[in-house]
Amino acid sequence: MNWRSIWAIARKDWKEVRQNKAAWGPAIAMPLIFAIVLPTLFSSVPRFIPAEDLQRELGDIEFLMKNLPPAMRMIFDGLKLEQMFVLYMTAFLLAPLFLIMPLMFSSVVGADSFVGERERKTMEALLYTPTSDVELFLGKVLAAVIPAIALSWLTYLVYIITVNVTSFWLFNRVWFPLSTWWPMMFWLTPAFALLGISATVMISSRVKTFMEAYQLSASLVVLVLALIVGQVTGVMVLGVGTVMLIGTLIWIVDAILIYLSVRNFKRSTLIAKL
Amino acid sequence: MNPIVDVKNLERTFGDRKALDGLTFHVEQGEVFGLLGPNGAGKTTTVRLLNGILPPSAGSVRIFDLDPATQGESVRRKTGVLTETPALYERLSARENLEFFGTLHEIPQTEINSRVNEMLDFFGLTLRATDKVETYSKGMKQRLALARALVHKPPLLFLDEPTSGLDPEAAQQVDDLIANLGRTDEQTVILATHNLLEAQRLCDRVAIMNKGKILALGSLHELSQKLWPATWVDIEFHSSPKIDLTETLKSQRGVIQVTTEARSKALSVQVENEAIIPAIVQHLVECGESILRVNPRDYTLEDIYFALQAGEA
Repeated sequence: MNWRSIWAIARKDWKEVRQNKAAWGPAIAMPLIFAIVLPTLFSSVPRFIPAEDLQRELGDIEFLMKNLPPAMRMIFDGLKLEQMFVLYMTAFLLAPLFLIMPLMFSSVVGADSFVGERERKTMEALLYTPTSDVELFLGKVLAAVIPAIALSWLTYLVYIITVNVTSFWLFNRVWFPLSTWWPMMFWLTPAFALLGISATVMISSRVKTFMEAYQLSASLVVLVLALIVGQVTGVMVLGVGTVMLIGTLIWIVDAILIYLSVRNFKRSTLIAKL
Repeated sequence: MNPIVDVKNLERTFGDRKALDGLTFHVEQGEVFGLLGPNGAGKTTTVRLLNGILPPSAGSVRIFDLDPATQGESVRRKTGVLTETPALYERLSARENLEFFGTLHEIPQTEINSRVNEMLDFFGLTLRATDKVETYSKGMKQRLALARALVHKPPLLFLDEPTSGLDPEAAQQVDDLIANLGRTDEQTVILATHNLLEAQRLCDRVAIMNKGKILALGSLHELSQKLWPATWVDIEFHSSPKIDLTETLKSQRGVIQVTTEARSKALSVQVENEAIIPAIVQHLVECGESILRVNPRDYTLEDIYFALQAGEA
């Protein structure tokens, strides 16, 4: 395995994608909203909404909290109403939204790398290099996965800082992240990044343009929406165990998709599609 | 010495369609070999098979004694390919393009910079090296694509329609560069083209293809000899011949016909083959004629190509 070639492909793809502004606009706007706008908004709500109105809102939250596992319910013990509101919103409700990022990032880069390269007719020259099919595939996957994970982690970091800073007036201490967030960051996020790219690779063999691939892979967001609904309704609250379980399932799906993609990623097949 | 490229009964089918049908040819080191034919003749498919991008349906290919179907990576280390479209990364600069392909062709990291500079200089792109390729003219893109194919100094170079879509000036420039390569570096070149003038100018030997088959194979001279063994020779005298030479020439062995005009200082003789020409000249000298010029007529590749394609049709 020639890692120098693999990294060269990854770096080249990443360099190219960075210049596709049409794809990057939404992908950059999203972390800014998730990491700065939303937590600032939720942490500020108790400053402007009277406690009785908040109590009314929290009626729903109390119902949801009944569905929380006992260990997680303990987190809320002894908290003031305003603190419960901010904690619930920032640490629970927004959590699944962060999984959209690795999915979207890796899909954008993947669509540009696999389908965009074909669309721009640059693939043929690449096929005439001594790089093997697997090296070519790996380079392209890394080009999508590494920045997706790195940018997601950066967004998490900004979110952690924003939440602690904007809610410091309520908690008077650094209280975030909760234990659930660690497996979400380091187990679920890489799994979702890989899911984004592996699904895009599968899709890319059936579509002709970058936009088609991008739009189709974006439909994976439905998965995240399901998690959000589960969280809001209390059907499936993201505790440490749940996150580990979902992560494991996603890793298994990733492995299957990657296996199928590698099997189909052959020069003779690729050249026929040019 | 084994030929660098050795192709035997090569076949490739796509579904029911036979794209290549029993191709057999070889290419020696330092040769510029042309694959000539109309669109759809199978030239690009041949290039792809020879580089291990597509597997053959039947037959065998050896490149540097390697089988491209099973040793594609090793073959591609020794080949450079100029694809029909430049296929450059337009959002990157010329330098970035060359560095990227240099890395994939396994040029040591310490040498990449100097090799890229050498290529940029050779192809006259140094001043625009850091500009994005999307700002380049067609001719510049083609020169850069050629630089990319050569950056790792491959001993075997494939050029697929190298001047397609270029204006005459840019095409001439690219042709000059190619002519230079084949002659100075002992580099073997396989040129796939439908540009007959280009092929005639650059190639030592050609394979004329149509519908996946080789119709004829050889140098221009060999091909014209095969097609038209009878040759016309134009002979010019210092002054008009004193006697009518028609009958005396016709009596010579191997002369088919003689044409001349009254009081003309020239005549044309059709002979069975070129070997007869010295005897004809000697006979004219013995007849007391003073010869100024003897010019056997050459057939162009265009003559040969159209004759073969018409025969095939």
